[in-house]
Amino acid sequence: MADTAHISEMEDRKFTLNFGPQHPAAHGVLRMILDLDGEIVTRVDPHIGLLHRGTEKLLEYKTFLQGMPYFDRLDYCAPMNQEHAWCLAIEKLLGIEVPRRGSLIRVLYSELGRIMSHLLNIGSQVLDVGALTPITWAFEEREKLCVFYERASGSRMHAAFFRPGGVHQDLPQSLLDDISEWCEQFPGKLDQLEGLVTENRIFKQRNVDIGIVDEKTIMDWGFSGVMVRGSGYAWDLRRAQPYECYSELDFKIPVGKNGDNYDRYVCRMEEMRESTKIMQQCIDIMNREGPGPVLLKGSKVSPPRRAEMKNSMEALIHHFKLYTEGFHVPEGECYAHIEAPKGEFGVYLVSDGTNRPYRAKIRAPGYPHLQAMDHLCRGYMLADVSAILGSLDIVFGEIDR
Amino acid sequence: MLDQNAIDALKDLGEHIAAARSDAVKSFHINLDELVVMAERDHIVGLLRFLREDPQCDFETLIDICGVDYPERSERFEVVYHLLSMHLNQRVRVRVSTDEDTAVPSACAVWPAANWFEREAFDMYGIQFADHPDLRRILTDYGFEGYPLRKDFPLTGNYEVRYDDLEKKVVYEPVQLVQEYRNFDFLSPWEGMTSQIPGQIPGDEKATES
Repeated sequence: MADTAHISEMEDRKFTLNFGPQHPAAHGVLRMILDLDGEIVTRVDPHIGLLHRGTEKLLEYKTFLQGMPYFDRLDYCAPMNQEHAWCLAIEKLLGIEVPRRGSLIRVLYSELGRIMSHLLNIGSQVLDVGALTPITWAFEEREKLCVFYERASGSRMHAAFFRPGGVHQDLPQSLLDDISEWCEQFPGKLDQLEGLVTENRIFKQRNVDIGIVDEKTIMDWGFSGVMVRGSGYAWDLRRAQPYECYSELDFKIPVGKNGDNYDRYVCRMEEMRESTKIMQQCIDIMNREGPGPVLLKGSKVSPPRRAEMKNSMEALIHHFKLYTEGFHVPEGECYAHIEAPKGEFGVYLVSDGTNRPYRAKIRAPGYPHLQAMDHLCRGYMLADVSAILGSLDIVFGEIDR
Repeated sequence: MLDQNAIDALKDLGEHIAAARSDAVKSFHINLDELVVMAERDHIVGLLRFLREDPQCDFETLIDICGVDYPERSERFEVVYHLLSMHLNQRVRVRVSTDEDTAVPSACAVWPAANWFEREAFDMYGIQFADHPDLRRILTDYGFEGYPLRKDFPLTGNYEVRYDDLEKKVVYEPVQLVQEYRNFDFLSPWEGMTSQIPGQIPGDEKATES
């Protein structure tokens, strides 16, 4: 009799919890079905797609240029990095090279985007485990970066600034000076933020030895970016398969040791410092080399300058054709990838030789990371689920597409 | 752009794969510095396992699996696998073809990460995967019908969703457009913006003739 009472008590401990889709720690619209044994997680079933907008379908109905702004809306924490992958894919099929200054501006704004994304992620990861102040400090810096976005592209978020063949417009000198000034004070701000979080006892209790990622997990689940580097593997596409002008820039790849939440936090902190160095180098090179074209000149993919259109009939026709029919991309397929703040972001582009993509598949880094939630959370406590989710750096724009 | 040595290395790798798994590899080619392997559908799992475990390939990371639709072909779908080797710093793309009814063997046994990618391909194209542990829809709505990324699926979809204030619930209704969906076809029957000659815009060639 006593035995059966014991069993039924054990049975009572098992229950299912619905987490989300409206939950502040879900980082968007994630719904997770959690099977619990007491407080221990036994199974996680993430339901995604609540933010599915059919980006890939829409891309098939737009010209290559019209499709570009959809990429801002994928990972909306670092919009320009996504545009970069799309432009690289088109450039690869077209076989065109970006002018030097255009390439430097791209790298400058990619790194700026990386800092924007990491600031948001660290702020919210710390918020998820109970600290309210750091996110406000992080957002203060992020706000300044949004202003730099706006000064370059006219938009704080959905920039649509990169173009196949370069970037849309040159940056004024005053903007470069202001970014340079910002770069100087930013490490100090990071020190302040670190002083608040890094050695904090509660933060460490919630993150050290939680969500450990080992080599087998990385390989089995297709991890990339900080999820790999946090475990001590120096894998960074900017170094391993360099694109743009990364090969001539001087930066380090921070790696973790234990592969837990805490190491990933430290990695992101260090990456922001490295990104600041890269930005400064880009500005120095631009100041040294002086002005130059930022968009491929005299090509079918770039519009003629406004002044030229006032005098030349051909330029006017070219402008009209570019923005209605668009340029044709030769038949073929390619895969272009970048080191986005969250990992490897790739675009598999199939062109049939017309002005529209035949198929564009977006490979978002967060997709395989979120898929591994079940693997990562098993055996941990319920409260660790939100800590692990925060350290995965999940953004639903790119996962649901 | 890769240099000649790197291209040769890719070619050697392709030959190595084709020689070791001649049953599974139809052909291979190098296109825009990328190695592409065309594979037999029925032997795809064996090939993928070989690519993961062979020391010369060592493609330990599955980057992506996606479908592509070519309605005019007899086997209308293609399933494209992208693999990466972090240790050897190389990539490969594997392509197999299938149709609506024939299942592709699932890669979940080789990489657990294949699970969601295959679910997405099933959701978007209706491609079947044999021995998949959990082949449910993933990105579309609960109870969705049809396969949205097929070329014959309309861009607007078939149903629209709104909140009905009288019934106090979300209702599904067939899509009703006030005007026909405007799909502008700008594709010009003439030359169009095809050539990539720097400094040339349409009409420039006439100027040099006279």
